[in-house]
Order: sequence, then C-alpha cells, then structure tokens
Amino acid sequence: MTLSNAIDRGPLFFRDRDWHPPAYTPGYKTSMTRAPHRALVALGSTLSEETGPAFGHDMIGVLDNNLVMNFTGQPAIGERIIMHGRVLDENGRGVPNVLVEIWQANAGGRYRHKKDGYLAPLDPNFGGCGRTLTGPDGRYEFLTVRPGAYPWPNHVNNWRPMHIHISVFGTGFGQRLITQMYFEGDPLIAKCPIVNTIGQDRAIQALVAPLDMNRAIPMDCLAYKFDIVLRGRRQSFFENRKEGM
Amino acid sequence: MQGLDYLKETPSQTAGPYVHIGLVPNALGNPGIYPQDLGLSPIREGAKGQRITISGRVIDGADMILRDALFETWQADAEGLYPGNDPRGPADPNVTGWARVAADFDTGIWRLETVKPGRVPFPDGRPMAPHISIWLVARGINLGLQTRIYFEDEEAANAECPVLARIEHKARLQTLLAKRTGPGAYSFDIKLQGENETVFFDI
Repeated sequence: MTLSNAIDRGPLFFRDRDWHPPAYTPGYKTSMTRAPHRALVALGSTLSEETGPAFGHDMIGVLDNNLVMNFTGQPAIGERIIMHGRVLDENGRGVPNVLVEIWQANAGGRYRHKKDGYLAPLDPNFGGCGRTLTGPDGRYEFLTVRPGAYPWPNHVNNWRPMHIHISVFGTGFGQRLITQMYFEGDPLIAKCPIVNTIGQDRAIQALVAPLDMNRAIPMDCLAYKFDIVLRGRRQSFFENRKEGM
Repeated sequence: MQGLDYLKETPSQTAGPYVHIGLVPNALGNPGIYPQDLGLSPIREGAKGQRITISGRVIDGADMILRDALFETWQADAEGLYPGNDPRGPADPNVTGWARVAADFDTGIWRLETVKPGRVPFPDGRPMAPHISIWLVARGINLGLQTRIYFEDEEAANAECPVLARIEHKARLQTLLAKRTGPGAYSFDIKLQGENETVFFDI
C-alpha cells in the first residue's frame, strides 16, 4: 500500500450514464435477467469511494506484462503486438501507480477457461492474462498476441470482434472500471451486440485502438495505442473546508 | 465561448464470462502466471476489531444463482479509517481493506472473512453507519454495480446514516443489511433484479 498524491483526494466527477451502456440491453441477452430494474440511488461520492486500494511495484513480476512469454517461458503463437497507452483522468492528468490487468483469447479465439469449448485449440504457451502498474505519467504497455475473433451463443451467428479485456483501478474505489479494447478496422465491431450495448457511436470509437506504427518495432511486432480515462476528481480550494462546515 | 476540454470516461463493457482468467487465474485453475491471486483477504494477522464472516449468493431476475459473479470489497478499519489515502490519517497496518471475492464455481456461494469496519464520516461530517462497499461485475452486467453491505445489528448507527436516509422506499433498506446468523457470522444475498432487488447506487 502506498500513499497517494494529495490532489487525488477530491470528490469524483459524476458518471455520465448516457455515455456508458445501460444495464438492460436486450440485444445482449444475458443482461436481461442481470440488469437492475429499479432506479439507482444517486449520491455524491464519499470517503468510501474517494479512497481505494493501492498496489506496490514490488508485487509485479518481470514478465507480468508479457503475455507472449509469461505462461511457460516459451513464446505463444500469434501475431505479436504491443498494446500501450496512458491511464488518464477526465482532467487529462496521467494517473501513476495504478494497476492495469488484461485478459484475452489466444490467437485462435480460444480462452484458457473450463467454460470455453470453442473448437479452436488452446495454445500450450498462452495463459491469457497480464498486469502492470502505470508509470509516473500514467503510461502502461503490454506485449501480447492479437486475439482471434470467436463465435458466442447469443443470437445464432454472433461473433465477438478481436478484443482485449481491461480492468483498471484509480486512486478511489469509485473509479473502478472494466472495459474492452477493440482493433482499428475490424468489421465485426459494428456487428457485435456487446459493443452495441453502448448507444453513442463516439463512445464506441473510444474503445477502438488505432494501429500505431510509431510504436511498432521493425521485424518484431505491430503496436496499438489505447488510452484509458477514469472519472475525474474535483480540485478546488473551496473543497478544503473542515468536515461539517 | 471557450470549450470545456475535459476527457470522457472510457465507456464500460461487460467483464464477460471469462473474467476469472484475468482477475483470479489461480482460483480458476490457471496457475503459473502470478504467485497468488490479488485480494485474497482484506486483513492480515493482528488486524484490530471484531472478526466477522459474511457469506451469500448473487441471484438474477429469474432466481438463478450466479456462479460466475465476481466482486470487490473496500472497507475501513475498525476505527473507521481507510488504508492508503485517507486524508484523516493512517489506518491499522494490518487492514488492507480490499478483497476480490469470487462465487464458488459449483454452488455460487461466496464468503468474506474480515473485521467489522468502523463508522466513516459523510462529506458533511455526519457519521455513516459501518459498511463495506461492493463493486460487482459478471457476464451480462454492462457497468459494474455499486452497492454496500450494512449490518442489521447496528440499528442505532443505521438510523443516523445519511446514505441510508437517501433511500426513499424504506422497505428496500433491508436489502442492504447483512443478517446475523451466529456470533460474528452474517449472510448477505445480492438480488440483481425483481422482488427484493438490492439497492444499487450511482456514486
């Protein structure tokens, strides 16, 4: 546990729930019985949401952000890619020292999970998860393989676009977020019922990572850039009042 | 007029059915990547306060028990101080405050062993009743759900809690109360939808 910067203690910006997918989205069938029907109880953030867990760099293993090598030490099969970007808040500030975890299917579109019976084979050298802590300016990077698209039971012929799942912490528990990164140019994005739980096209575009040839390494790997934005925190001298005043 | 140059929060997407691969690979049966899963316990040996065990289930609108639910908890120590970045000062060094809780893959029952948290002030200074914050994700949940575990045997504190006071339909308050089932033992079911639907917050 580490002590966070004092400027990271302000109340959280209110969440724009028209920007996020709503809970009840019939195109994605599983949401129909898992979506609360009652209105959420709205509240400004309290200390319970403005504080949150912190993680130390000593916890992170040297191969933790290298999904090509971190399962067996032998390279996984697939198209090698760097996934990189920054964790920012809505004020545009990099958020340092926060945990980013990812998980994904292998290059054939198969997950290492007992519930996944897709006919694409497991790769004996691909575990499918990685983690890292952001640097002083909020930067992170992973080396992985491009995940395959795969079919899933929803409508008869639904396929997930290539995607990487991302879990990210902020400095407050109320900033906790899970999302998915998609890849520029994938024609399955527009057809995906999970993508289309999001109502606004501009919000969908925020989940599509562009090919980044500046970060690609010649004769080694391609790169995709994906910035992650967390809820902002208010900063005002007027917040510095004593409790109860 | 100048533009407001704030960024937009990254939109949420469901954690999906395979969230355990990323967040608790050892519990899933994928060892060898991390020495151990994160958030196994919110306390260490020597944590001050009353030891409690809370267990329960996450249930959907068709009364099915979710076996793929995963949630995280965040709580104060027994004195009501949060670990890490609480502006009021340092918490009990043996309380990390954070846990990752996965439902049992076969039964759907989850279990959390911790200490009962103390009271934490609301922004206006009034004390909130002891509570544990929950952030819940699963397949079919498009944006993590926020709720809180309160305790039925904290009647006086609950009656003064400014957060519980916000709940207009008083009959729904009981959905936030862990029921005492024995000494230091509580049960707490989370009902996602329908009759006795748990109160979820937008905070």
